[in-house]
Amino acid sequence: MRGSNTALGAAGLAVFLALGEAVPRLGLVKEAYFPPTSRIASALWDEVTTDGFWSALGDTLTGWAVGLAIAVCAGVVVGVTVSIVPYLRETTASTIEFLRPIPSVALIPLAVLLYGAELKSVLILVVYASFWQVLVQTLYGVQDVDPVAEETARSYGLGTWARVRHVLWPTALPYVMTGVRLAAAVALILAITAELIIGAPGLGQEIAVAQTSQAVPEMYALIVVTGVLGLLINVGARTVERRALAWHQSVRGEVAV
Amino acid sequence: MLDIRGLHKVYEGSGRRVEAVRDLTFTVSAGELVCLVGPSGCGKTTLLKCMGGLLTPTAGEVLLSGKPVSGPPPGMAFVFQEYGRSLFPWMRVGQNVELPLKQKNLTKARRKELVADALESVGLADAAGAYPWQLSGGMQQRVAIARALAYEPQVLLMDEPFAAVDAQTRADLEDLVRGLWRERGITILFVTHDIDEAVYLGERVIVLSASPTVVQEQLKVDLPDERDQLHTRVAPRFAELRTHVYEQIQAAKRGIPQDAVTKSNTPPLH
Repeated sequence: MRGSNTALGAAGLAVFLALGEAVPRLGLVKEAYFPPTSRIASALWDEVTTDGFWSALGDTLTGWAVGLAIAVCAGVVVGVTVSIVPYLRETTASTIEFLRPIPSVALIPLAVLLYGAELKSVLILVVYASFWQVLVQTLYGVQDVDPVAEETARSYGLGTWARVRHVLWPTALPYVMTGVRLAAAVALILAITAELIIGAPGLGQEIAVAQTSQAVPEMYALIVVTGVLGLLINVGARTVERRALAWHQSVRGEVAV
Repeated sequence: MLDIRGLHKVYEGSGRRVEAVRDLTFTVSAGELVCLVGPSGCGKTTLLKCMGGLLTPTAGEVLLSGKPVSGPPPGMAFVFQEYGRSLFPWMRVGQNVELPLKQKNLTKARRKELVADALESVGLADAAGAYPWQLSGGMQQRVAIARALAYEPQVLLMDEPFAAVDAQTRADLEDLVRGLWRERGITILFVTHDIDEAVYLGERVIVLSASPTVVQEQLKVDLPDERDQLHTRVAPRFAELRTHVYEQIQAAKRGIPQDAVTKSNTPPLH
């Protein structure tokens, strides 16, 4: 079953690539704007043999990883604090609901004013966008604590910190993991966007350069790279999630009793 | 050992005032196994939570070895009805049993010893590495009992612990609890809605009235110490006692005070 699914997936991808090759060659679309697959592939090969590509990839991944790390730490710490300090949740709820929908890209002018075309500008956008994903999931997760588990912990004399560590955190973890997975995808989008628009070093800037210099196949090659990056990030996040939550009913599957 | 004096609990919330427990006074001596029975919804759980320091009573007090209970006391362990939610699914059985011990100042070696000993005495010596959800319901409740035993409490509070397991498992667990009680000399307060269970297990049965709760009757169970599922349950004295408790509960539901039903503390031998 699994094997046949993989085969179908591969077949679908092959058809897609073949169409990408055939459609421009048949003249159905302008080859100058939609180069055939083979030309994109050879442009991709040229790219990966240059040092500039790898340093751009490194810059993008740095912005992504550092931004995501900050957002996850801040989101979890703020989420747990807001939930366990009495009345803080009620006090902050409306502020969170107001700040959360502000699109991160609306902060681009601010980021440029503050830091110009530096990594810090990218970080502002990445952190702002992914922080809310983690925060909101953490808030939901903390609410999910089972009263019976909480009473059990209290009856055995577990203090506040021990209850946070042994009851609240494991309960919230599945939610936090979902938040991290969503945040990882959003962080990549914002990292590329920032580089593309602000001109901070990275794959986004390379795409902009390729576009302005009419290097259309190179532009597509870089777009393909960002797509592969997104795919790898998602697969990686799911793997981490499955490992960390082996005990959770969404992962453990059916058990023999 | 355990002194409940004039316990009164009122829940106040959003304009509604519910008097769950009106006035409860009784004692449990050291090493006794006492069963609390009452009609459903009579505030048994509220009472137990007040005793365990999880709820603050509106009036009255709970004394454990003469000291008033204001929060969960270290000498008390709780076994909940909902074993599936009371055990932590993210911890293995051994870790679940060990967690409460980490709050006590014990060496690692001593903790290991206590965990192994407790699991051994509930017959789950080889389950330490499993997750709770890999075990059957009855086995999960055994783990919860082991966790309570490892804590080395003076008093064990059990809140309808076997209400959610099947009848055969329930019989096994009842014998387990009686065995552990005789072996370890712990004071046990066992809350149940099952009259047969109360009479089979207890040295004394306290019958509670319907909510708002008072003590309807206290009854000494004069069955032999040596009890087993086959013979005890068909003994004529067992039938008398259970009939008596049943009548008391029916009276409690109709709201008839104890004196109107019987004046003696033990039902007469027919």
